Amino acid sequence: MAAPYDLNDDGVVVIIGSGAGGGTLGNELAQKGIDVVILEAGKRIEYEDFINDEWESFGQLSWGDKRTTSGDWRVARDFPNLPAWIVKAVGGTTTHWAGASLRFQEHEFHTLSHYGKVDGANLLDWPITLSELEPYYAKAEDKMGVTRTNGIAGLPGNNNFKVLKAGADKLGYKECHTGNMAINSDFRDDRMACQQTGFCFQGCKWGAKWSTLYTEIPKGEATGKLEVRPQSMALKIEHDDSGKVTGVLYADKDGNQHFQKARLVCVACNSIESPRLLLNSASSMFPDGMANSSGQVGRNYLRHTTGSVYAVFDKPVHMYRGTTMAGIIRDEARHDPSRGFVGGYELETLSLGIPFMAAFLDPGGWGRSFTSALDNYANMAGLWIVGEDMPQEKNRITLHADMKDEHGMPIPDVYFDDHPNDVAMRNHAYAQSRALYEAVGAIRTFPTPPYPSTHNLGTNRMSEKASDGVVNKHGQTHDIANLFVSDGSQFTTGGAENPTLTIVSLAIRQADYIAQEMAAGTI
Amino acid sequence: MTTVYEAKPRGLSRRDVLRRGGKAGLGAMLVISGSAVISPQFAWGLETSGLAPETVATLIQMARDIYPHDHIEDRFYAIAVKSYDEQAGKDATFREMVEGGVADLDKRAGTGGYRGLGWEDDRVDILRQIETSPFFQTVRGGLVTGLYNQKEVWPLFGYEGESYSKGGYINRGFDDIEWL
Repeated sequence: MAAPYDLNDDGVVVIIGSGAGGGTLGNELAQKGIDVVILEAGKRIEYEDFINDEWESFGQLSWGDKRTTSGDWRVARDFPNLPAWIVKAVGGTTTHWAGASLRFQEHEFHTLSHYGKVDGANLLDWPITLSELEPYYAKAEDKMGVTRTNGIAGLPGNNNFKVLKAGADKLGYKECHTGNMAINSDFRDDRMACQQTGFCFQGCKWGAKWSTLYTEIPKGEATGKLEVRPQSMALKIEHDDSGKVTGVLYADKDGNQHFQKARLVCVACNSIESPRLLLNSASSMFPDGMANSSGQVGRNYLRHTTGSVYAVFDKPVHMYRGTTMAGIIRDEARHDPSRGFVGGYELETLSLGIPFMAAFLDPGGWGRSFTSALDNYANMAGLWIVGEDMPQEKNRITLHADMKDEHGMPIPDVYFDDHPNDVAMRNHAYAQSRALYEAVGAIRTFPTPPYPSTHNLGTNRMSEKASDGVVNKHGQTHDIANLFVSDGSQFTTGGAENPTLTIVSLAIRQADYIAQEMAAGTI
Repeated sequence: MTTVYEAKPRGLSRRDVLRRGGKAGLGAMLVISGSAVISPQFAWGLETSGLAPETVATLIQMARDIYPHDHIEDRFYAIAVKSYDEQAGKDATFREMVEGGVADLDKRAGTGGYRGLGWEDDRVDILRQIETSPFFQTVRGGLVTGLYNQKEVWPLFGYEGESYSKGGYINRGFDDIEWL
């Protein structure tokens, strides 16, 4: 039974957000007997109600609250009010994510030491190592049912994968398979196997793909120690005279404001809203925003160096059939500066339906060059580039000077400039992908620009020293002992890998730490 | 290539139009009759209310010139621009922008107007001149969903749409590629 907690109960842990970080943390704490309230801005939409229709689903799930963009990235021109393609619903972006679950490589935890200083980049070593995180990666893989771990079979390859694999073989790539996917290849954890439906981004209607919505959250609720409060938009975290956090002011679905008291607060609202909330929580004691003595809250915004390449063949592919992202090439994920950039990238299968292809293939494009690509849709294969981007202090979330949301809180602006290393990496990946598809007979290829960001990271970075970042190695803010960050915003650097597995692993680890410190009475 | 001409004199009955349209050799064309834009060949008509029917006929041609798909019939473009006609009926500023934008296209095209230009390239040259204008961007931007989000056009691109109700593709060809 879900436990309803009183607004005045100051013994609860309040988690803001129910996605990969918040949803996992909530369940982990509840399993340890700790009282948890999750405030979730979005509605609770169960998986049977997801929609196999790109725009309709986008309207159902996506975070559509107004945001602005700035900087030289193309998203700012093409989608000025949609910097990110993420979700506002219980389960957060784990409803929308594709399921790719990769561990970071060892060197990606200490990029400054390993890559050396890069001009214009604010590289920093994580205060943790791969070996420290490995036991938690193992727990996360088991929890999420990641294929090719724990004896779980890989997913079968769809048509889009087969094209990718044939090209990878031609190019001599060695590490190409159907991925480490948190999508059931067989019945597991009371959830059925993938039915090769496509529409992974629109929410899995079978529940085959791991999402906190129908795994962590109901498991946590079953303990009687977790309450998820949907349509509860956090507005401000408040504190007492000693600087300790006391609770969260939030607005319910009717716009009425409530204050939920808390023993400690964990911020897990994704890398745009998390720093926004901390900045909006400024007070006379914390004039620059909460937990911001370093000035790093909102900075070092990462989004992965992404891009897609679609290719047209003279025969059918039907790339949209089957698991969207069950296909990967990892050979380029290594750090090899001889390629002209530091860090590496993954190549992963991707497809869009006709409605989104029209919107994202070449935003703003028109005329026969554009439409003849769509005319060949049935003969199209596609992949996504996911690479490590360089943290830059200027890439940041700020509060808009004038524009406010319906609750009167300043909306976020997302500033992003590509670093020259990002551009060099993307161009390399475009060239490799084109060569890959041409090796299997592609007639035309389309280097497609990055979509609005799904991998939003880094805006409350983890650091050894309080002056370099916002949180310590446990995600605890350097400034306030009972305030934590529990999402991807705590990433010091982004790695080349899809971030969800690392977010979940950090949340499991953070739950251990919080329980230990609560038991010790330090928080 | 689709051509558009304006029926003169005005006032053809729909029946007349359809009967004429049935004659061989007339080709794919749009006819204005009263407040309607009619395709005799394909037997559909679009009743206009917010915009002049001539304007709507030009918008249909413009939509095809922006997103030309030779295997997609005009009626899908007509459905795509219908929302502009509706919005113009509710919003005078919008109506002025669209009517003004179309008048500008006709002016740039010279005698015979935009629809009178026989070659797509000539019409596209004009569109290139105005592609940064709010008029063009509004029409183009709306078409991205107005045209491509019509479920009826998806199969024409080989896209099958919703698949959950059919049990996904696990037994329906997710891995049926044979030519590799």
